[in-house]
Amino acid sequence: MRDDTTTVDPGVSDAGTETPRLSIAGVGRDFHTRNGVVHAVSGIDLTIQRGEFVALIGRSGCGKTTLLRMIGGLLPATTGTIEVDRKPLWRDGRLDSSAVTKLGFVFQEANLFPWFSVIDNIALPLKLRGARKRERRARAQELAELVGLTGFESSYPRELSGGMRQRAAIARALSTEPELLLMDEPFGALDALTRERMNLELQRIVLETSSTVVFVTHDIPESVFLADRVVQMTPRPGRINKTLLVDFSKPRDVYLQTTPEFNEIVRSLRHELDEEE
Amino acid sequence: MPRNRMRLLPWIVTPSLVVAIVATWHIVVKVRDVNPLIFPPPGDVGEALVELLGEGAMWSAARVTVTEVIVGFLLAVGSGLAVGVVLGKVPWLEVSVRPLIIIAQVSPKVAFVPLFVIWFGFDMTSKIVLATVLAFFPVMLNVLLGVRSIEQGQREVMRSLNATRGQTFSQLEMRSLMPYLFAGMEVGIVLATIGAIVGEYLGGNDGLGNMVVTAMNSLDAARTFALILVLSLIGLVLFLIVNELKRFFIPWHESVYGLQNRGV
Repeated sequence: MRDDTTTVDPGVSDAGTETPRLSIAGVGRDFHTRNGVVHAVSGIDLTIQRGEFVALIGRSGCGKTTLLRMIGGLLPATTGTIEVDRKPLWRDGRLDSSAVTKLGFVFQEANLFPWFSVIDNIALPLKLRGARKRERRARAQELAELVGLTGFESSYPRELSGGMRQRAAIARALSTEPELLLMDEPFGALDALTRERMNLELQRIVLETSSTVVFVTHDIPESVFLADRVVQMTPRPGRINKTLLVDFSKPRDVYLQTTPEFNEIVRSLRHELDEEE
Repeated sequence: MPRNRMRLLPWIVTPSLVVAIVATWHIVVKVRDVNPLIFPPPGDVGEALVELLGEGAMWSAARVTVTEVIVGFLLAVGSGLAVGVVLGKVPWLEVSVRPLIIIAQVSPKVAFVPLFVIWFGFDMTSKIVLATVLAFFPVMLNVLLGVRSIEQGQREVMRSLNATRGQTFSQLEMRSLMPYLFAGMEVGIVLATIGAIVGEYLGGNDGLGNMVVTAMNSLDAARTFALILVLSLIGLVLFLIVNELKRFFIPWHESVYGLQNRGV
């Protein structure tokens, strides 16, 4: 573990001269409400390297979801620039679709389409890109296996459990082989046991696909367990307060969470959050 | 109750109830010695029905009525879907025309039949118009509700996938509103049937409604009853067709699989 609270630029990592997957510079977002302007997020600088797993944590209202939505192109930033593989996401207030196609988004709710079978849900992004039926079915089939949904390909979403739905949503996001996977509290609605299993599954999937991930959560142990780097945000306005590198080797197993080293990191992040009060 | 016994239930109860009603009808008419001109015994109605089914005129009249209902219904579904989608997607338009919609909706549309006859003549057109007008509102209002009920989260999925408007419409909006469209269609087919028959009652020279009026004018109560039975049967078949279409098109929806799970 390396604590670099004092480092001003949290984007520094070992990757060196390689093109970063995601670069965020001076990003802010204001919302106009009846009571005036609210600075939801302000002055965010963040660089994420290829293959890195970054967790964004913070209390509700700290702007972590707003930041993720801006990265995902769902919300325009008021200030600053967001670049995916050095390509700006927004140009003249318009979304650059060639940059957006590099992204995969997983929401808190699985948001599957109830009229499609599991396999058709997973293949939806490919359908939108005009892939042939046979091709996208074959790809969706592989992904169903990857996320452990074999045998449920022709089921409707209503026939699945919450955890299985979220697996399908992850497979859907992975179907286009995104350069960057954005996850907004994907396991927030699941029970603790399912959630633990999903964390292990996600770790496996990310390692197998060598994906780059930005993962929003308010669960500190979850963030430490999954991430290479934990970025902690504070509210009003939403800013990056602290960045922690977590260098436990991967794959990590659940018993890591019982080690003193793990709990030391969790405690320091916890302490930081309590300081806000 | 076990599922398989639940499945049998309507097949036992419905015929038993029909038999009980017919028997009561027969007994009451006989015991109280009701004038058959006012309330014919079921036997007379049965005879009249058999006679009616042998008449070529009845079949051609039925064809006219069914055509009116189906054409009127299809026009209502088409226009109701189009108007419902547009109003659902353009809130300012919906707000501006809402008072007019409410007025049109609550006005007794059957009262317009004389005008429809003046405008569209005594033949099928005026009945088709009434059927369309009656069936339009439930279809349109349900579609409007359907467009408004599309889940925000599902929209965001389409946005995050960089979907075009056309793709969002075909993959999400159109499919999401199908259950609402079918709910409107199930009401609409019944109202279209009513529209065609009432149109024939009030301003017709053809169709089963016109035959009912003729039978009534010749004080043939049994034949009137028999015609009403035929009309009810037509209404039932049309409704069942719409219901089958629903099962075919939206097997994923709760209104379909929910019933299946309960063994119906």
